[in-house]
Amino acid sequence: MTTSRGTKVALSIFAVIAFAFVYVPLAVVLISSFNAGDTLAWPPAGFSTQWWAKAIDNEGVRNAIVTSVVLGLVATAVALIFGTLAALALSRFNFFGKDAVSLLIILPIALPGIVTGIALNNVFTSYLGGLTFMTLVVGHSTFCIVVIYNNAIARLRRMGGNMEEASADLGARGFTTFRLVTFPLMRSAILAGAVLAFGLSFDEIIVTTFTAGPGITTLPIWIYQNLFRPNQAPIVNVVAAALVIVSIIPIYVVQKFSSADERGGGVI
Amino acid sequence: MQKTQLLKMLAVGGAAALALAACGGGSDSGSGGAPDVPMYEGPVGDGEGQLNILAWPGYAEDGSTDPAADWITPFEEQTGCQVNVKVFGTSDEAVKLMQGGGWDVVSASGDATLRLIYGSNVQPVNTDLTPNYADIFPDLKMQSHNSVNGVAYGMPHGRGANLLVWNKDVVGETADSWSIMFEPDSPAAGGVGPYDSPIYIADAAVYLMATQPDLGIKDPYSLDQTQFDAAIALLKEQKALVSEYWSDYNKQIEAITNGTMTGATSWQVLVNYYPENIGSTKAKEGATGWSDTWMIAKDTPNINCSYKWLDWIASPAINQQATAWFGEAPSNVKACDIDPQQCTDYHAGETAYWENVYYWNTPTEVCLDGRTDVKCVPYSEWSKAWSELRS
Amino acid sequence: MAATTASPPKGGFGYRHPRARLAALLAAPMTWLVVVYLGSLAALFLTAFWTVDGFTSAIVRTFTFDNFIEVFTTPAYLQTMLRTLGIAIAVTIVCLVLAIPVAYFMARVARPRWQPLLVAMILTPLWASYLVKVYAWRAMLTPENGVIAWFASPFGLGGPGFGEVGIIITLTYLWLPYMILPVYAGFIRLPNSMLDASADLGAKGWRTFRSVIIPMIFPSVVAGSIFTFSLSLGDYITAQIVGGKVIMLGNVVQQNYVTNLPFAAAFATIPVVIVLMYLAIVRRSGALENL
Repeated sequence: MTTSRGTKVALSIFAVIAFAFVYVPLAVVLISSFNAGDTLAWPPAGFSTQWWAKAIDNEGVRNAIVTSVVLGLVATAVALIFGTLAALALSRFNFFGKDAVSLLIILPIALPGIVTGIALNNVFTSYLGGLTFMTLVVGHSTFCIVVIYNNAIARLRRMGGNMEEASADLGARGFTTFRLVTFPLMRSAILAGAVLAFGLSFDEIIVTTFTAGPGITTLPIWIYQNLFRPNQAPIVNVVAAALVIVSIIPIYVVQKFSSADERGGGVI
Repeated sequence: MQKTQLLKMLAVGGAAALALAACGGGSDSGSGGAPDVPMYEGPVGDGEGQLNILAWPGYAEDGSTDPAADWITPFEEQTGCQVNVKVFGTSDEAVKLMQGGGWDVVSASGDATLRLIYGSNVQPVNTDLTPNYADIFPDLKMQSHNSVNGVAYGMPHGRGANLLVWNKDVVGETADSWSIMFEPDSPAAGGVGPYDSPIYIADAAVYLMATQPDLGIKDPYSLDQTQFDAAIALLKEQKALVSEYWSDYNKQIEAITNGTMTGATSWQVLVNYYPENIGSTKAKEGATGWSDTWMIAKDTPNINCSYKWLDWIASPAINQQATAWFGEAPSNVKACDIDPQQCTDYHAGETAYWENVYYWNTPTEVCLDGRTDVKCVPYSEWSKAWSELRS
Repeated sequence: MAATTASPPKGGFGYRHPRARLAALLAAPMTWLVVVYLGSLAALFLTAFWTVDGFTSAIVRTFTFDNFIEVFTTPAYLQTMLRTLGIAIAVTIVCLVLAIPVAYFMARVARPRWQPLLVAMILTPLWASYLVKVYAWRAMLTPENGVIAWFASPFGLGGPGFGEVGIIITLTYLWLPYMILPVYAGFIRLPNSMLDASADLGAKGWRTFRSVIIPMIFPSVVAGSIFTFSLSLGDYITAQIVGGKVIMLGNVVQQNYVTNLPFAAAFATIPVVIVLMYLAIVRRSGALENL
């Protein structure tokens, strides 16, 4: 089918408007980061790079970024194992309760963050002796599993079982088949899932608030705290603007090196 | 002066009565009633090498927010206690975190202190071990929110009153009454900005103390059901006038400077940012306020570091630096020698100024104002009522 | 679990013992999810039947239905529930209306070599902090001086201000990528042959869209809606910042969780029930396999 020319033009115009909707607020953030004033009020009081200078000098934000990166990596690693295992199980087997299992995997992302947050917080503080970095990892891993799982299972479904059967016919045992056939075919899908899981963890605030242990300041927590300090607000605009700029690189790389079909895989 | 003192004494008495009631009555509360946490006898020895601090934003700064604001690094160098700080946004959050454990000291406002004391989350403080306690303003010592039965539970940090602010272009050059936030014919109608917390119910009670004396409210944190219902009714009427409820600084600063919030309750630290056309004062009816106290966790493994911190934060220079950075009155008399201007701005030494400032306190079933013939509405009900009001 | 495998048994141990292989694969993730996650939810649900001490807010373990009764009989709370549900549905619909044309444009109109860039452009805002984006929308929505009002005032228009509309716009902004991406994926997966077949059978563009495309991408749409709906349903920070006087369900939970955890827990069961019902309805569509 070919879309008519008129429809194409209309769709293009609509898309431009939609992208404007997405990017105007980010532009506001960027402009505000050069605000000369001390508040987030619009319009900005004047041009100044003082907040960029302060952000670069700020030790707190550097530490917070490191914390968030470490947390994101650990949570993604845990989710990577569990999500891949679950995807292998659900794509290659039929069993009683399969629906319930897939529902259970989706649940942590489908239920509101505040419910997950207070449920975990309640258990950790009332029964398990308080919050630590590990409790934060547990919270994040739980909702990251689904992202990996979705990407992995979408790929596994499209791959079908033929390759693995061929491998088995040639005498490869289960793990050998996984190592030499299944995993290489899944790799890019899992990578895409991992990037999204990391991104999800990196920006999460609600579950984080309820599961972070003493002294642990992730970037969103740092931002939240700074929004509560009158003389610090514009600095968060700098951090956000910088994050957007930096994030373009990994996102673009992942997109560039994955085929159109992968992009069509389970996104998030 | 006398009236306030009397009130405070009554409040202390109320807490004592509560302690007795909870002790004797085989209470069904399940929380054990009166605190029986032993006081540390001393001496304060070498630090344990670590200290976990739970603090209001700006109370425990290590230079990571602003390199100029750093009173943790010198503390670490001097005592060898490595500090971890977590900042909380509300008193409720502070209480929850303390209940979760893992913290050594906390900067608690009055609406958190009694909950922590009666929940056995904190221990009494032996003020003999903190030499700087001697220089604390007398009207901050042994108050109903930081002591029980004449036993101190912490080191006062600083205090402030919740101020009335107004937009002069809308309300007029002068204002001195909370009426601009409560009366339907207020020029600020549609731009009223109350503080978004259950504790704001006490602000309504303060206003009712002046406008409806028949209700007999003596202490805005000790409201029986009738008084409480009157306060809630007033707040429901107020809702029609409200533009926004605020709880974070930036929201209020932005709304006030933009002119969308024209009559609001505010803090001195925010007022410092406001342009010429915003007026501020302590309203004639009196005001709610806060007086924060550093408290020590019951089971702290770092008792020496904790005592060192309490003394450090109350020392004149550090107390001045910390309270100035936050924007409130210091608790140490000698802090005013370092920056007299700060003490003038924030009314640190003016006893008269604080007479009708009602520091945040935790409402409990046993009335804090000493009444024994009625039950007061406890904080958990305040919280639910606030949710319902906001719904 | 009675396990059957799709392929005939051959090769190693795993193929000869599919049930063992399945158990090996599922043991770790299921233990995690059941013990950590379901366990926590169950504990929270149990808490909803308890009460608190009037003074310390400590939990008192005496069984009661009071919390649930209070939640479901207080008109103000019911109003907040309905309002929150309405906001979540509105956000989902607005996201859908925006996402379908944009995703179709990305997948079927734009040149293929632009696709990675377009997807990256949709993903990029996800990296700007959630809080910063909400604050940016505060700057956009502020009456009189906001960015929208600033641009609209020459035309004699005002900004939408704070309140339900502000919340819906902001949440739509936050969750739109979560709708666009799966729908885009659905469009990419559409086989050209099927569209050609429809055209060969004489269907015009709109007819093809309605009768062929919509049914094919429906699971993707539902997958996206799970995100937009659930994330909106549980949000409370957005309402705090751009809600004006308006609050949502999450605010009540957040407000009471410290002073009265049992009550907050009872309240929190509402979004859980709503989400579970929604998942049960959409399960048949096959959407859960398309997240």
